[in-house]
Amino acid sequence: MSNSVTFTLDGKEVTASGDETIWQVAKREGTSIPHLCWKDAPGYRADGNCRACMVEVEGERVLAASCVRKPTDGMNVTTAGERVESNRKLVFELLASDMPTRDQSPDPEAPFWDQAELAKLGDDRRFPGGRPGAKKEIPVDSIFHDASHPSIAVNLDACISCGLCDRACREVQVNDVIGMGSRGMNAVPIFDLGDPMGLSTCVACGECVQACPTGALMEKTLLNDNATKRENYAEKKIASVCPFCGVGCQTEVSVKDNKIIKVDGLQGPANRGKLCVKGRFGFDYVMSPERLTKPLIRREDVPKDAHAKMTFGDIDSVFREATWEEALAKAAEGLKTVLDNSGGQALAGFGSAKGTNEEAYLFQKFIRQGFGTNNVDHCTRLCHASSVAALMEGVGSGAVSAPFTAADDSDCIIIIGARPEQNHPVAATYFKQAAKRGVKLIVMDPRKQGIMRLASHPTVFKPGTDVALLNAMLNVIIEEGLHDEQYIQAHVDGFAALKEKVKDFTPEAMEAVCGVSADHIRDIARTYATAERAIIFWGMGISQHVHGTDNSRCLIALSLVTGQVGRAGTGLHPLRGQNNVQGASDSGLIPMVYPNYQSVEDADIRKNYEDQWGRALDPARGLTVVEIMDAVTRGEIKGMYVMGENPAMSDPDQNHVREALAKLEHLVVQDIFLTETAWHADVILPASAQAEKPGTYTNSNRQVQITSPVIDMPGDARQDWELIVELANRVGLNWKYDHISDVYGEMASNMRSLDNISWERLERERAVCYPAKTEDSPGDEIIFYNGFPTKDGRGKLVPADLVPPDELPDDDFPMVLTTGRMLEHWHTGAMTRRATALDAQEPEPIVSMHPKDIGRMGFERGEKVVVETRRGSITLTLRADRDVTQGMLFIPFCFVEAPANFLTNPQLDPFGKIPEFKFSAARILKADSQVEAAE
Amino acid sequence: MDQIAPKSYKKRDPSLPKGRQVDDGALQEVKNLLKDMDIRRDMLIEALHLLQDGFGALHARHLAALAEVFKLAQAEVYEVASFYHHFDIVKEGDEAPAPLTIRVCDSLSCAMAGAEDIIAKLKGNVDPSKVRIQPVPCIGRCAGAPAANVGKFAMENTNAEELAAAVDGPSEAVIPDYENLDAYKANGGYQVLTKVLSGEISADAAVAVMSDAGLRGLGGAGFPAGRKWGFVRGYEGPRLMTINGDEGEPGTFKDRWWLESKPHRMIEGALIAAHVVGCEKIYLYMRDEYPAVIEILKREFAAVTKAGLADHAPLELRRGAGAYICGEESAMIESIEGKRGLPRHRPPYIAEVGLFGRPTLNHNIETLSWVPDILENGAEWFASQGYNEKHNGVRSYSVSGRVKEPGVKIAPAGIPLQELIDDYCGGMADGHTFKAFLPGGASGGILPASMAHMAMDFGTFEPHGGFIGSHAVVILSDQDSVKDAALNLMQFFKHESCGQCTPCRAGTDKMVKLLEADNHDTPLMEELMLVMRDSSICGLGQAAANSVNHLIKHFPEELS
Repeated sequence: MSNSVTFTLDGKEVTASGDETIWQVAKREGTSIPHLCWKDAPGYRADGNCRACMVEVEGERVLAASCVRKPTDGMNVTTAGERVESNRKLVFELLASDMPTRDQSPDPEAPFWDQAELAKLGDDRRFPGGRPGAKKEIPVDSIFHDASHPSIAVNLDACISCGLCDRACREVQVNDVIGMGSRGMNAVPIFDLGDPMGLSTCVACGECVQACPTGALMEKTLLNDNATKRENYAEKKIASVCPFCGVGCQTEVSVKDNKIIKVDGLQGPANRGKLCVKGRFGFDYVMSPERLTKPLIRREDVPKDAHAKMTFGDIDSVFREATWEEALAKAAEGLKTVLDNSGGQALAGFGSAKGTNEEAYLFQKFIRQGFGTNNVDHCTRLCHASSVAALMEGVGSGAVSAPFTAADDSDCIIIIGARPEQNHPVAATYFKQAAKRGVKLIVMDPRKQGIMRLASHPTVFKPGTDVALLNAMLNVIIEEGLHDEQYIQAHVDGFAALKEKVKDFTPEAMEAVCGVSADHIRDIARTYATAERAIIFWGMGISQHVHGTDNSRCLIALSLVTGQVGRAGTGLHPLRGQNNVQGASDSGLIPMVYPNYQSVEDADIRKNYEDQWGRALDPARGLTVVEIMDAVTRGEIKGMYVMGENPAMSDPDQNHVREALAKLEHLVVQDIFLTETAWHADVILPASAQAEKPGTYTNSNRQVQITSPVIDMPGDARQDWELIVELANRVGLNWKYDHISDVYGEMASNMRSLDNISWERLERERAVCYPAKTEDSPGDEIIFYNGFPTKDGRGKLVPADLVPPDELPDDDFPMVLTTGRMLEHWHTGAMTRRATALDAQEPEPIVSMHPKDIGRMGFERGEKVVVETRRGSITLTLRADRDVTQGMLFIPFCFVEAPANFLTNPQLDPFGKIPEFKFSAARILKADSQVEAAE
Repeated sequence: MDQIAPKSYKKRDPSLPKGRQVDDGALQEVKNLLKDMDIRRDMLIEALHLLQDGFGALHARHLAALAEVFKLAQAEVYEVASFYHHFDIVKEGDEAPAPLTIRVCDSLSCAMAGAEDIIAKLKGNVDPSKVRIQPVPCIGRCAGAPAANVGKFAMENTNAEELAAAVDGPSEAVIPDYENLDAYKANGGYQVLTKVLSGEISADAAVAVMSDAGLRGLGGAGFPAGRKWGFVRGYEGPRLMTINGDEGEPGTFKDRWWLESKPHRMIEGALIAAHVVGCEKIYLYMRDEYPAVIEILKREFAAVTKAGLADHAPLELRRGAGAYICGEESAMIESIEGKRGLPRHRPPYIAEVGLFGRPTLNHNIETLSWVPDILENGAEWFASQGYNEKHNGVRSYSVSGRVKEPGVKIAPAGIPLQELIDDYCGGMADGHTFKAFLPGGASGGILPASMAHMAMDFGTFEPHGGFIGSHAVVILSDQDSVKDAALNLMQFFKHESCGQCTPCRAGTDKMVKLLEADNHDTPLMEELMLVMRDSSICGLGQAAANSVNHLIKHFPEELS
């Protein structure tokens, strides 16, 4: 691709690839050239502005910046010598003349100072300072000192105008908040229209902080109270993985006095050095004073109450501290009592997609082996169960066919029912970078979102009309002959039926249904179908509907009929929510399947586990999350073990859920916080946070990643996996694992998908994508190269019909309520509401509504309002948000003060058993009027 | 407390999403103003002009709305708006600038004619709520120094009293009499273009004539025009053409003179060049300081287009916004693309990767203005007009300072300066003794009168650390301080540095401070000059300290 060139570097003949710069060749040759504005990391473009890396090219009048200059054949380059060295030293002296001295600087450990040493800058500061910082006269409110942001301090007295923050924000993360304002000596980074950072659109990904070579932009956690001078220095730095979403960013955690003081992005396969606000600034929940540190047993004089509301301070009035021995004995005994009295089907377990693969594996094994029931599930049910159902049916595998980094190779990207900038911010960077490169980006959603600004085809459609829109696209593709006949013949069944079904779904007919013009539907259908390589990403806007499986079926059909799968830059990718939702599902934390999606109803498979586990196993699939709660209500399930899940917040129709929880004869909750679910517990087992535990996680890209503890657990808290073992042994299972790696070994032996991925390999490589063909080859990021892992190797098209949302707006409840997440808050908020930097950004429950609706209905933004559905009502602050289309309400479900899931509809998709979180009929009232009505 | 305490921060308004929200009213105002403008990134500066002209300033609410219309981030709009001096950004709650701005030139020729005094007096003489007094760099009226623009109304040889009175007078540009399309055609104009378009003059022949004529790039670089045509043609199309009308070099005003008198010579030259080189479109970037020229070009571009003369290469006029650096060709290209005017790294050169990434032919106004004559009369006709056989052709010298008759002087290339002063400028002004001269504007250095015998041409002054550049000659006399002149020039460069690279951004600032200091540390100045010359990205930084070098070398007594 790129021709190599041969040139002379410091008298030595060297060869460079056509892409390499002089600086890169020099580095390879062992020559260190100072650099500031050049960040030697993937994704960073060299800009050549600081002039720290000057070299001499024979025959040229002036020196050249080695970071941007590419060598050419026969060029003679000198990286040392008096001219070069005095120029570099002068550049550093000029910069230092306008900065505070090293010991006065915001960060005396900043890269600038090492580079200054490399350039041999001594104590010379002969030039008069030209910026306020050099004279130590920074007005507190000046643009030079901006502490308005909760997480990041700006001290431009240390700024060298190198623009790395600008490139970090605009080119690496594509958040587009930072620019270089003004010119000349006044050219410094600005936010939006020169606004205080804390009042800007900054999403606090912190890439600028990680990039800044001088400490002009820094984490406040490292600084003194004025946010001007560093006072925290790491004692150790440990490689880890982010605890939040399914992207699976690798991190480097800085620790001091057993506390996390800072998190940086590492070069993981999913994040390539990037992080988002949660991963970088959301770490202190682990060190929250509200961590559970002692085993707790419910006081005998405190009966369970479905309407209980607790705070951390109330613990002693409901629970008493116990020894581990007592608590474990009581926990196990209670489960055993239900087993003995009512049988295994009266028990159920909710595992966690936040825990490790090993924990998930042990948890499902405990429930199945211990109680002989398949009633074990986790929050995947609430996220992508319908996507997985459709994928299993259509292509025989529930995992993604390509990583989100496949966007690099794509010519057309569809994002539908997802807000990756909020929920998968680092994955979103690849989509945004692609759009900036000119790749066609089709963003389809009932709500507007920031990424639509970059999209070639922003497509806002009516809520709940996904099938209408997608079938219309299929109609165009098939009617216009844009499908891939050859691919279909080779790999796909069911085309005739699909063709017949979508015949009537013409764009013209669907225009009124979905609110997208026929022309636009034709345009996006053609754009997708005719792209050389196209890929689809989707989120819970697709899955969390009563027609969630149908929605996914349409997406699979789009991909299969056009052959946009199984090649670089193509595929199907449901963006997974939790950091280990892929891994927990893979590990068998699902009622229908054992590890690696082996059906519990298949006698041969079951026999294998019966042999391993030494008992008869439940031959029928178990109940799912919402079904379990219903069974509790009906009195059929009497005992539960909940580890790291919070159904009292996450499940739909919470009045119902909390009543169910309170009704349980025995509830064991294992968690790091007193969650809303724990309010109803009999025994609470204080457990380990992600930063404290060893194990493996599998991200949305099928990349298995390993971590080790970063800090110690607080108080008497114990490792989750050890607690499962303790309970298992107390119900007589006689488990023995010396080390977490033993668990991994047993699990992997049951999962073909983990072939060739040993614990040792993970320790060595830190991340391996499955499937991996051999011990030493990288895993296959793209699958379905040649057909599908179905019985006959062929994909299956399943036509979808129009199914309306379960509960349509009417006169009483005229608005469409949709729920979801916000950038700063993770899921039910158990972690992020306790992360100070995140809660500072979004501290109170809000309902978002279009400003025009607000005006039309006589509300004012900022006022307290009540939102009601047929299932409940909550009070929150009204936010004016143009992203929410008129007629809609959006409520994030992370706020315990106003839990959105009091409102949501528990009606399930028939295949995925996922509730319809994305669509309820609702009404909105002034807060005071509701109080009157209620009293 | 185990958690790290949150430091103080500003609590944002929970009733809105993050950051400034777009206001529907402002959005409508912006849309009304943009009308049917083609919304492309490269039109951003044009859109900012509409806002600045329409509302007297760039209000934050409009900028946020504009960003939405252009599908840009607010920061992308702000960084462009804040780069150019002719834009006034007004944040919520801040005061808008006064309705009228008087821009008083304080560059060298005007400074020598007392600009500083005028500015000081004027500030005390006007109502700041109605009139804003802005000292500005060269407005291209050096022959009429001291000069100022009252709004867009130009005043030359003026004074504080006259300017204070002018507040109530006209504030629009006066369009001078010029040769319009009909007049130009009546005088034989566009016949060469017709021959070129018809093939009567082949492209190869045109390149050959241009090469033989020895026409050099008169924007300052002096690159042989014929050679440029030759190799831009060699790059694979589509190719584009740019015309650099950002005549910002202090002391230079010849391009304004050409366009305010005979604009079609340039336009015909451009249309010929575009055809010969195969450029599909022509962008002319005109400095905002020349509103009359902008109006003339608008009219005449329309006329030429209507006459069907530009079918092969449509003409598009772009308006600068007050940034000297945009006279640097790659910075100008960035500006045409709607960005901050930051010079690009070379290689690649714009001939290969220029405007919108396409191979680009860029020419100065005057250079193009000579093209029709050369192709009509032949290479020899042009070349032979040089001062002697070593120098080819004629040039327009912008002469200002202490001469009796300053102005644009069409004189032979290579003419000794003394002869230019004596024969073309009526000699020195009364009472002034020739002491020093700037051969080529602010960046060409300041040389002693003893070098006035040297040929005024490219190559002459380079061995002495200077150059003739855009042929902007400023004459200093015994009544002028070379040190003050050097300081004025350094202040200009500090003001106009784009701020991209360290040696120029910090270097111009430090050099000003070193010159202002009581004790002059000349060795340190020399070190600073070294890094500016060797390590700056573009010519601005590389040449900015030429005058200081000459001050140290030729006028050391002024530093003692």
